[in-house]
Amino acid sequence: MRESSPTTQTTRRRVLAGAGALVGGAALPAVLTPPAAAQIQANPAALAMAIRKATGGAEVKTGKVKLEVPPLSENGNSVPMIITVDSPMTQESYVKAIHVFTEKNPQPNVISVQLGPRAGKALLQTRIRLADTQTISAIAELSDGTFWSDSADVVITLGACLEDNP
Amino acid sequence: MARALINVPAKAKRGEVIAIKTLVSHVMESGFRHTNLGAVIPRDIIDTFVCTYNGEEIFRAQLAPAIAANPFIAFHTVATDSGKLEFKWTGDNGFTATEIATITVE
Repeated sequence: MRESSPTTQTTRRRVLAGAGALVGGAALPAVLTPPAAAQIQANPAALAMAIRKATGGAEVKTGKVKLEVPPLSENGNSVPMIITVDSPMTQESYVKAIHVFTEKNPQPNVISVQLGPRAGKALLQTRIRLADTQTISAIAELSDGTFWSDSADVVITLGACLEDNP
Repeated sequence: MARALINVPAKAKRGEVIAIKTLVSHVMESGFRHTNLGAVIPRDIIDTFVCTYNGEEIFRAQLAPAIAANPFIAFHTVATDSGKLEFKWTGDNGFTATEIATITVE
């Protein structure tokens, strides 16, 4: 049978292979794209807009600011964070404000604080929520009008938005 | 009235930089979570924190939903005079909490 009808067999094979590819091709995008709810995407436009709102479009240089966060956090619901800014904190030269932004949280803003020479030490410590593994950035505004920043990567095992529903 | 914890040294030398730690009990509901039925849980957060030292504002913070529940904020100030440090949190649904700490400066 085999040798008597090689053409039909190849045709059937081809047809089957073609059908398989079709099915595979149709199924593939569905497999690759998880449901929208489970996927957290960075929103660079919102982040850039939030930073522009805080800085007024001024140039942000890297340095002077030190952002300390644990590199790995099991739970995104409460991640400790310490920001220190290298400044003498005198009447002539002090830190006016510190802003913190995230790239993958539903909103880019985290906290904005205003301080002055009376702070004595430019340090801010708080606990934040993180929806996913991402980069956090801190921007400090100095009394001379310059902006300085630092960023840190945090790996989150369980994001803040995936907790149990009440 | 929400419970608040404040840590301010009772005594300090004039000109000394002192650490202030604050913690207030609040759910900080982000407004991005849903119930099992799919309804959005409305936002309920503290959005502003202000600290005044003898009436002069020394620290102010705008909080976003990305601040963890029971917001903890720590900062520093220079001990200038004996007196009162007043802490005030305000937020959604008319939330306010006030706490006062006294400091003796030598």
